Amino acid sequence: MKLTLWTYEGPPHVGAMRVATGMKGLHYVLHAPQGDTYADLLFTMIERRDHRPPVTYTTFQARDLGGDTATLFKTACQDAVDRFAPEAIIVGASCTAELIQDNPAGLAGSMNLGLPVIPLDLPSYQRKEGFGTDETFLQIVRHLAQPCARTEQITANLIGPTALGFRHRDDITELTRLLSEMGIGVNVVGPMGSRPSDIARLGAAHFNVLMYPEHAESAARWLETTFKQPYTKIVPIGVGATRDFLAEVAKITGLPVKTDTTRLRLPWWTRSVDSTYLTGKRVFIFGDGTHVAAAARIAREEMGFEVAGLGCFNREMARPIRALAKEYGVEALISDDYLEVEAIITALQPEMILGTQMERHIGKRLGIPCAVISAPVHVQDFPARYSPQMGWEGANVIFDTWVHPLVMGLEEHLLHMFRDDFEFHDEAGASHHGGAHKPRDPVAEAAPAAATVAGSMPDAGASLAESLPVVQPSGEIVWLSDAEAELKKIPFFVRGKARRNTENYAQTKGVTAISVETLYEAKAHYAR
Amino acid sequence: MNAPAPALGCTNTPVLKERGQREVFCGLTGIIWLHRKMQDAFFLVVGSRTCAHLLQSAAGVMIFAEPRFGTAILEEKDLAGLADAQTELDREVDRLLSRRPDIRQLFLVGSCPSEVIKLDLHRAAERMSVKHAPHVRVLNYSGSGIETTFTQGEDACLASMVPTLGSTVEKELLLVGALPDVVEDQAMGLLAALGITKVRCLPARRSADAFAIGPNTVFALMQPFLGDTHAALTRRGSRHIPAPFPFGAEGTTLWLQAIATEFGVDPDLFAKVTAAPRARAEKAIAASAQTLSGKSIFFFPDSQLEIPLARFLTRECGMTAIEVGTPFLHRDLLAPELALLAHGPTISEGQDVDKQLTRARAARADLTVCGLGLANPLEAEGMATKWAIELVFTPVHFYEQAGDLAALFARPLRRRALLAPLAPQIEAAE
Repeated sequence: MKLTLWTYEGPPHVGAMRVATGMKGLHYVLHAPQGDTYADLLFTMIERRDHRPPVTYTTFQARDLGGDTATLFKTACQDAVDRFAPEAIIVGASCTAELIQDNPAGLAGSMNLGLPVIPLDLPSYQRKEGFGTDETFLQIVRHLAQPCARTEQITANLIGPTALGFRHRDDITELTRLLSEMGIGVNVVGPMGSRPSDIARLGAAHFNVLMYPEHAESAARWLETTFKQPYTKIVPIGVGATRDFLAEVAKITGLPVKTDTTRLRLPWWTRSVDSTYLTGKRVFIFGDGTHVAAAARIAREEMGFEVAGLGCFNREMARPIRALAKEYGVEALISDDYLEVEAIITALQPEMILGTQMERHIGKRLGIPCAVISAPVHVQDFPARYSPQMGWEGANVIFDTWVHPLVMGLEEHLLHMFRDDFEFHDEAGASHHGGAHKPRDPVAEAAPAAATVAGSMPDAGASLAESLPVVQPSGEIVWLSDAEAELKKIPFFVRGKARRNTENYAQTKGVTAISVETLYEAKAHYAR
Repeated sequence: MNAPAPALGCTNTPVLKERGQREVFCGLTGIIWLHRKMQDAFFLVVGSRTCAHLLQSAAGVMIFAEPRFGTAILEEKDLAGLADAQTELDREVDRLLSRRPDIRQLFLVGSCPSEVIKLDLHRAAERMSVKHAPHVRVLNYSGSGIETTFTQGEDACLASMVPTLGSTVEKELLLVGALPDVVEDQAMGLLAALGITKVRCLPARRSADAFAIGPNTVFALMQPFLGDTHAALTRRGSRHIPAPFPFGAEGTTLWLQAIATEFGVDPDLFAKVTAAPRARAEKAIAASAQTLSGKSIFFFPDSQLEIPLARFLTRECGMTAIEVGTPFLHRDLLAPELALLAHGPTISEGQDVDKQLTRARAARADLTVCGLGLANPLEAEGMATKWAIELVFTPVHFYEQAGDLAALFARPLRRRALLAPLAPQIEAAE
């Protein structure tokens, strides 16, 4: 038993729903109690889908449990086939139905429904949503893909995009364009947008582009073994990764790399002098393994950030993410416990978070800007505009997205220069973000500062409330009141870093009481 | 005064009972508002990853705080042996309570998986209550989908609190139902103006506000879905004051009237106290009634609020009800409502969602009230919809909210009118 407040991933049957909902002509008969239909609203509300997910729930109730839930399942199956006339169905159980052991696969298989019945075995008490997508797509491919002749033109399948994916819709468009510039056609895109009859002709492509290993790596491996289709290992998110991806495609196909980079802006945008302030920004990266690995490379090589820490929530990607972290000289955090993620972020005090919607909330709480790079998705992650992550346009989108939450370059300088200005206090925030501006009362502000005697030890008694440091000192190190006052003058968005650096410096020097001197010695020590 | 009751109401209307796929939430969803109402309570669902995912999705993905609810997720090893699961639960609760010393009430909430494996949460709650007394009281109820539909979760929660209430012979009024504090305060204010001051609320905002009940307690329900709580209070000897529910100017007046009669309030005082707020409510309703009048409405089952709302919309806003679906029809509690709702609409109980969708498409009502899973698909078919869940998450009771309640239904229609010029080009997302 494990206490969970917020989760990064749903149960595995939600993964199966993502595959089914992405496809057309496929229906999912899910043995499940009343209430599991909540998952429909993920698709109709978050993704704004105009159709109900193609899922029939058996909706058994307590009074059915003593009776015949198996018949209920068979009736639901027959009704779904009659009503929706799918080309194929997938059948399975949600967590509760798994306990009553009705064997949906066997029941549906015995019914002579006259269409392919694909059973899913998704262990709800062991695995999660990501496993659900990958395993479901694998089973669909195994059951439906037929040996067939290769297309005359060189073609690829784009595999991995699902419903409720992070920018999957637009990544497909961008990749299709990249491939078409090299003269490569797209045979099938799946699961998103394909029908069971399309899955049948996956084998006609010359190779597979594995867009999201989380959702289709098992299928890619199976297709490689069965149809001798190589698949791409590089996910083209970021400028460098896109170049490497195109080189990989060239190697697989024997075609020369041809690409139109006139629409690519990230390299100039990041070199233009207004971006200087991005240099060495310490970022913490968290999300699904694929997006984290891509973001780490972009952060370091294309934005000039420093990767302060990284990790992923999906255990399936633990090994590559650990290896990546090693390469970046940091410790990988593999966890789906958001309190643990919050603790690490608090300890690291990064200047920016590249994370999921969960980290966006952590960042809000800690006052650290955050850009969202990965699922789990939120309604905000389905913008109306074209907004891919992959390819050249994806790089442009990423530049904009990552820079947006930051205090902008010139503004940062002004904040440094006029840091005593009453408008530039902690709660003022960046000028280009929403929310009312809250100027601080300069008189009220001056009073506690005057009440503290410079150089005195922090008082345990009456004046504690006034002299309370902005950030609690950690460990044995004490901040003297004048150093603390000086720390408060440092703009809020770099104060966390200053505190941390100063304390680290004090620790290495054996200093237990931090003075203004220590603060500036530390600043000089860490100067870059 | 009030419009007369229709000559032929829905009291004896045969009910279309359906069984099949239900597009509704389970009772766990009530935690979303219950944890906000009871500020020192924590709701611990003992369930699966699905339960945790449901709560997160229903809570609007994420609330900017460490929530006062969580899920103890059952794992493979818990399913192997039950004794083990009780020990594991003790450990998780100990950890939770040590991290959150502000918690004074802990609800262990049963789910589909915990019910199926027959995990005895009642025994667990008793054991933990002894262990953590007097600081924390531990209760249990089931919010499982195999037993409860959406708002029945609140009913189960409140019913679980009734046996813990002390005994008294005082004549007191108990208001039952978790409403936003501001709305509850308005109700208390009206009752105080009528001279009724010994009033308690279930649930109380904090566990320290605990109170007692007994044979001289009379209670009024503020929500129509509180059947089990009604039964639990009746078992304690308390008496229900039957009334329509306080939706709209008429519903609020009749609800207050029933209480006033019980307490022998002078009719002149009643008229004086209710006149101004009632006039305000009627004026506010009139603004939306312009949009709603003459329009038809179709209710999918959701919160059990459907019959009182249909009564309000037909009698005070001039709408016509085509079908009024409810997940469960509690005839006794809704008798005053059914008598007021004019004969005509189909009253359906339970759901077979595909059959009901066929009826809804045939009816093509001007406004269809349904859950979030159906709203966008129906909009894409050109039908105007109102999300049912908003009716539970928005303050809609009593006089001062009557206009807001009408506006909730008018807004989708007004919005469609505003956006009409763009309608032909609308393309839904892939």
